[in-house]
Amino acid sequence: MAGKTLYDKLWDDHLVKQRDDGSALIYIDRHLLHEVTSPQAFEGLRLAGRKPWRLDANLATPDHNVPTTDRARGVEGIVDPVSRIQVETLDKNCDEFGILEFKIKDQRQGIVHVIGPEQGATLPGMSIVCGDSHTSTHGAFGCLAHGIGTSEVEHVLATQCLVQQKMKNMLVKVNGKLGPGVTGKDVVLAIIGKIGTAGGTGHAIEFGGEAIRNLSMEARMTICNMSIEAGARVGMVAVDQTTIDYVKDRPFAPKGEMRNRAIEYWKTLHSDDDAVFDKVVELEGSEIMPQVSWGTSPEMVAGVGGHVPDPEAEADPIKREGIVRALKYMGLKPNMPITEIKLDRVFIGSCTNSRIEDLREAAAVVKGRKVSPLLKQAMVVPGSGLVKVQAEQEGLDRIFLEAGLEWRDPGCSMCLAMNADKLGQGEHCASTSNRNFEGRQGFGGRTHLVSPAMAAAAAINGHFVDVREMMN
Amino acid sequence: MRALKQHKGIVAPMDRSNVDTDMIIPKQFLKSIKRTGFGPNLFDELRYLDEGKPDQDSSQRPINPDFVLNQDRYKNASVLLARRNFGCGSSREHAPWALEDFGFRVIIAPSFADIFYNNCFKNGLLPIVLEEQIVDQLFQEAEAEEGYQLAIDLEAKTVTTPSGETFGFEVDDFRRHCLLNGLDDIGVTLEDAGVIKAYEASRRETAPWLFSADQNL
Repeated sequence: MAGKTLYDKLWDDHLVKQRDDGSALIYIDRHLLHEVTSPQAFEGLRLAGRKPWRLDANLATPDHNVPTTDRARGVEGIVDPVSRIQVETLDKNCDEFGILEFKIKDQRQGIVHVIGPEQGATLPGMSIVCGDSHTSTHGAFGCLAHGIGTSEVEHVLATQCLVQQKMKNMLVKVNGKLGPGVTGKDVVLAIIGKIGTAGGTGHAIEFGGEAIRNLSMEARMTICNMSIEAGARVGMVAVDQTTIDYVKDRPFAPKGEMRNRAIEYWKTLHSDDDAVFDKVVELEGSEIMPQVSWGTSPEMVAGVGGHVPDPEAEADPIKREGIVRALKYMGLKPNMPITEIKLDRVFIGSCTNSRIEDLREAAAVVKGRKVSPLLKQAMVVPGSGLVKVQAEQEGLDRIFLEAGLEWRDPGCSMCLAMNADKLGQGEHCASTSNRNFEGRQGFGGRTHLVSPAMAAAAAINGHFVDVREMMN
Repeated sequence: MRALKQHKGIVAPMDRSNVDTDMIIPKQFLKSIKRTGFGPNLFDELRYLDEGKPDQDSSQRPINPDFVLNQDRYKNASVLLARRNFGCGSSREHAPWALEDFGFRVIIAPSFADIFYNNCFKNGLLPIVLEEQIVDQLFQEAEAEEGYQLAIDLEAKTVTTPSGETFGFEVDDFRRHCLLNGLDDIGVTLEDAGVIKAYEASRRETAPWLFSADQNL
């Protein structure tokens, strides 16, 4: 019998009941909540007279709607009344049901997918869900983690379980070493460019290979975060010493003898050598260039040295139509060099790229330089209050401010523009976020997905440049 | 949840691949704390020419006459015919809420994104996967004939065209059972409360670090 994949092991360890009809009850160890996808779930509990099954599995924070300036006034500082009601509703629901919440004025507040790992609330081997598709981020810790809808948020609150069908296994292997200036973001964009936005549909992806093993936890989180942009709800990286070291001494993580016991189990969280995957995709790390998205789907990417594609060269009529539509929306011409795309704004932040390592990479590029006068705005939004504090201790805020970037308070911000941070119609943005869909960052806005280093380089130049040319 | 056994309705063909949930319902409408009322803002950026805002009277807004749902012949559509990877992107259940609120009961496409597909079943909405070739044929027929309707039978797992041509589709038994009977799956899961408790007890033994003694860390 073939060995097990990491996903097989996680599935088996969380299987409560296999039903005859092929569905299964899966136990949920950690449930993260935010203000946008939870109000209807709490209301559902109330209407049915149900209570949360297990309080200590839940952790909540407001992130999508929070302003990134003027946070001293807390909830009162949210100008949009509809946004304010949503944040207040989360506060009320957490208070009423007894769920731990890092409220807007708590220093531990931040983007759910940043604070879970930061607090050690994300631990190897856990099953983790949240009403947010980027929950796949936590798979970087060898977790079974994925996004769910609001009905399932209610289901997890009420039963601590989910009804699931087992997915297929997919291995994405990145061989060899990455070149200098090539980051986790470039790796995941290159993967999506190769397999497409539906390439992982129905599969749980494990990212492996030498290049992945050599990455930091932050970079692994960036890669797993965007599994969903490859169509896979679940993305994972096997546990190794990097993982075990990262969770040490975090507030929710086990300590002392309990930690030793946990480590024994964590070390089993990798695919067996003889495990069989339903699908295997391989990339050569040395061939991955810094990436820039040119279109309105995350698969529409090119290396920074490349060109915007020509729809005439696409054989598949549905894809060709998609390219024509995307170029029209983006205001770009076929065959133009990526480096000729001019920018209006730069956004460094989001659950994909707002951790300390991301901010360090961006700061290293802008240090001693000035933001291009061609830009209307360049902003840095740290992923959590604690990331902000650490960045300030390292002096990164000074580097950004001196270069002419704005230094904001934590939240999802311009990744999806539910708060006041958004693009104007027709504006081009170099963004470290995860989605370049039409209107995502603001009505008529044009998003280009890049790494923090590439966004920083674009901020200095007012158009895309190969960040490697700016590195010593 | 509303049950769905059989359904017959007008088909609206939406000829575009990779329709994401941001497109189905843009973020400014996610600020609602209700489950209903999203229908007027379904496909907001495609349907209207201006920028939509919450709590706006949509009947007064300039509409995009080219958009499929703005054409008279599709105004009462309840079956949406779509292309590859429908519903990709964000997990927002507001997407199926908006489709259901508009009046759709069935969506047919060559493929769906996983989270969206799952969310549909929780809201009385049936997503049906048919081969690309068949979907192409249905697009041609729906565009050629005004008032074109499809008959869907979830019990028999079939889609039937006006000319009587029938296509079978696959759907897993549990989801089908819940949708046929309009079941609340929390109630179904809680029938296994004892099994969940037993699992939890053994998990406390084998992985005690997953259960915090102190809630106020």
